[in-house]
Amino acid sequence: MSTPATARGRFSLAKPGTAGPIFVAPFLLLFLLLFLTPLGYAAYLSLFQHRLVGGTTFVGLKNYVTAIGDPLLRHGVAHVALFFVIQVPVMLVLAVLFALALDSGLLRLAKVIRLGIFLPYAVPSVVATLMWGYLYGPSFGPFAQIGRNLHVTVPNFLDSSWMLASLSNIVTWEFTGYNMIILYAALQTIPRELYEAAAVDGAGAWRIARSIKLPALRPALTLTLLFSVIGSFQLFNEPALLQQLAPNVIDSAYTANLYAYSLAFTGQQVNYAAAVSFLLGLIIVIISYVVLFLANRRGTR
Amino acid sequence: MPRTISVPSPAPFSRRRFLGATGGLSLSAALAAACGSSGSGGGSTASATPLSQASIDKAMTTPTTLTFWTWVPNIADEVALFEKKYPAIKVNVVNAGQSQPEYTKLRTALQASSGAPDVCQIEYEYIPSFTITDSLLDLRPYGASALKSEFVDWTWSQVTGTNGEVWAIPQDTGPMGMLYRQDIFDAHGISVPTTWDEFADAARKLHAADPTVYLTNLSPSDGAAWHGLLWQANAKPYTTSGSSTVSIDLDDAASQKVTSYWGQLAQQGVVSTDPDFTDSWYTGFNKGKYATWLTAAWGPVFLSGSAQATAGKWRAAPLPQWDASTPASGNWGGSTSAVIKSTKNPIAAAQFAQFLNTDADSTKLFATKQFLFPSTKALRSDPDFIDQAPAFYGGQRVNELFAQISDTVSTTFQWPPFLDEVMTDWTDTVGKALADKTDALTALAQLESQLTTYAKNQGFTVTSTSS
Repeated sequence: MSTPATARGRFSLAKPGTAGPIFVAPFLLLFLLLFLTPLGYAAYLSLFQHRLVGGTTFVGLKNYVTAIGDPLLRHGVAHVALFFVIQVPVMLVLAVLFALALDSGLLRLAKVIRLGIFLPYAVPSVVATLMWGYLYGPSFGPFAQIGRNLHVTVPNFLDSSWMLASLSNIVTWEFTGYNMIILYAALQTIPRELYEAAAVDGAGAWRIARSIKLPALRPALTLTLLFSVIGSFQLFNEPALLQQLAPNVIDSAYTANLYAYSLAFTGQQVNYAAAVSFLLGLIIVIISYVVLFLANRRGTR
Repeated sequence: MPRTISVPSPAPFSRRRFLGATGGLSLSAALAAACGSSGSGGGSTASATPLSQASIDKAMTTPTTLTFWTWVPNIADEVALFEKKYPAIKVNVVNAGQSQPEYTKLRTALQASSGAPDVCQIEYEYIPSFTITDSLLDLRPYGASALKSEFVDWTWSQVTGTNGEVWAIPQDTGPMGMLYRQDIFDAHGISVPTTWDEFADAARKLHAADPTVYLTNLSPSDGAAWHGLLWQANAKPYTTSGSSTVSIDLDDAASQKVTSYWGQLAQQGVVSTDPDFTDSWYTGFNKGKYATWLTAAWGPVFLSGSAQATAGKWRAAPLPQWDASTPASGNWGGSTSAVIKSTKNPIAAAQFAQFLNTDADSTKLFATKQFLFPSTKALRSDPDFIDQAPAFYGGQRVNELFAQISDTVSTTFQWPPFLDEVMTDWTDTVGKALADKTDALTALAQLESQLTTYAKNQGFTVTSTSS
């Protein structure tokens, strides 16, 4: 290199080209050890079959072929897809409404409300599920008891017709605040001058929300949607815990992740579970891509 | 009256799993820290030739550290007795979780060939699930054959392999009986049912008289309890012959009889089907929702800790019978001490497992401190044990009753070599049918077909003798 030494150059360790890789090396090392290695090992495992009688044999892609035709896996994926379609719109609409309300500046105690809505996110999902599981209890849960005292029939929140809604409620309770904060932060970045200009043009609060704030929220909404896709398809903690309370409603393949878990740890079909997990990962990638594609296409139209 | 909700803490010695549902991610980390002994070597080949006393003496005086996985609380007291007798041996007690969480860790350690314990607590029904993977040490060469006469017959048959191997030493047991609410029975003029027909009549009568009370609760998530009832009916749902042939006969007459009986009671809505060992279930006992609990010998102490609001109102009786002329019972729960084949100290490990469960002081401590229901004949006639008359049961000699029941447990019931799958599939099929009030026999057929598919996928030759 023939560039003259600058003030900055004096602090570089060696040639300018080597500093970057050195800085990135710790990350790359951890990435390789903690992420790529287990992933590679799981991919390797998924190509074998282990039997209680006969031991381990190489089966190529047979596990994947079985998984694609596995009715239990489809059942689990269908459940989480239904969950996604119902729960995510409800949660994101709520989050947008809360964010707009907080951003409007018209609320009293805005900070307290903001914290209150966000607080459930700080509660570990295990604790949240245990709490809601207790509230849902059909015999001795508070809802059931209040209903009984008022002679109102309260549905059994833990039976098969209500379970998905009950799970949606827990997840909505947990994550609305989190999404709200992301959206609220995005709203805060909108230059205030735009509002003044709009007001001068005669736009009311609703018009400003519709024409300025919502379009400005699009990138943040896409982000929250993406998180929600991943979160929904990886649903595990909540159903796994409610399974204790409703073991016959939440069966071992209720969600796709639960199925992979029970394959590995009760069925001891570790290899097949690895294949199922990879397939599930692929489904998540595809759906995430579709969501991104749709969001971007609308954004540029 | 103020309505208070008491949530009793489950007694620490429940025989049942409380499935840790937070996933398996922390597993390998826990394992890495769990213990130190490693390698596969020690296990001798399957020969029943006894070791010489000299080699045993030598091993027991060589400084050795054993790792022992168990979930029995305060077991250090019994371990101390062993360490006092054999000062050279140190036992490192690790609680690796209760039942399934422990087995999951054990399987992972066995697969990794590193981190498995020397001695491990294993429930009777899980022994075949570990012998199929050749993970347990045959204890015959280490003097276990001589212990047969010390144990109740059916407990010994449970730890005995098809070729006479001794896979583990029995620790505690759970012969099944019936705990019932004397006050509820009296209030509704119900006499203690001695046959299942009487029990069904009483269930209908009681629920009609008071719709908030059920004669009993049959948990739709407890395949172990249900298998105990199958055992009582002398069903033989699983038979293993050789190392790769298993017969699955859930459609035999006895299994059909039990399933259709409970299916009908559940469909009529006269017995409840709440999952057991949940808060709601504990509250149900405290509030008098269930008039009986069909449980095992560890149940009386467990209930007295969990349903304190009902102290003094309970009594114990044998299970209702299918044939009153030949009283029978099944077993639910109870554990053994097994030596893991990968141990580097097979002699010390085997001696420890044997000492723990046969030494007079150690077994007495289990029975009187940890309230484990004993498996040795000696304790079952020991006045210190059978004369106990807890006030929770109105001074009834409950231990003596269960000791008598234990003599009626059949010695021929066998477990399949893939019990986890059986229990999960049972909950998804028969348990689900009971809870949803759908046809239990259809669900039983589905269970048989699921298990057959699973077994075939695992490489077994599956036969069915009854169909």
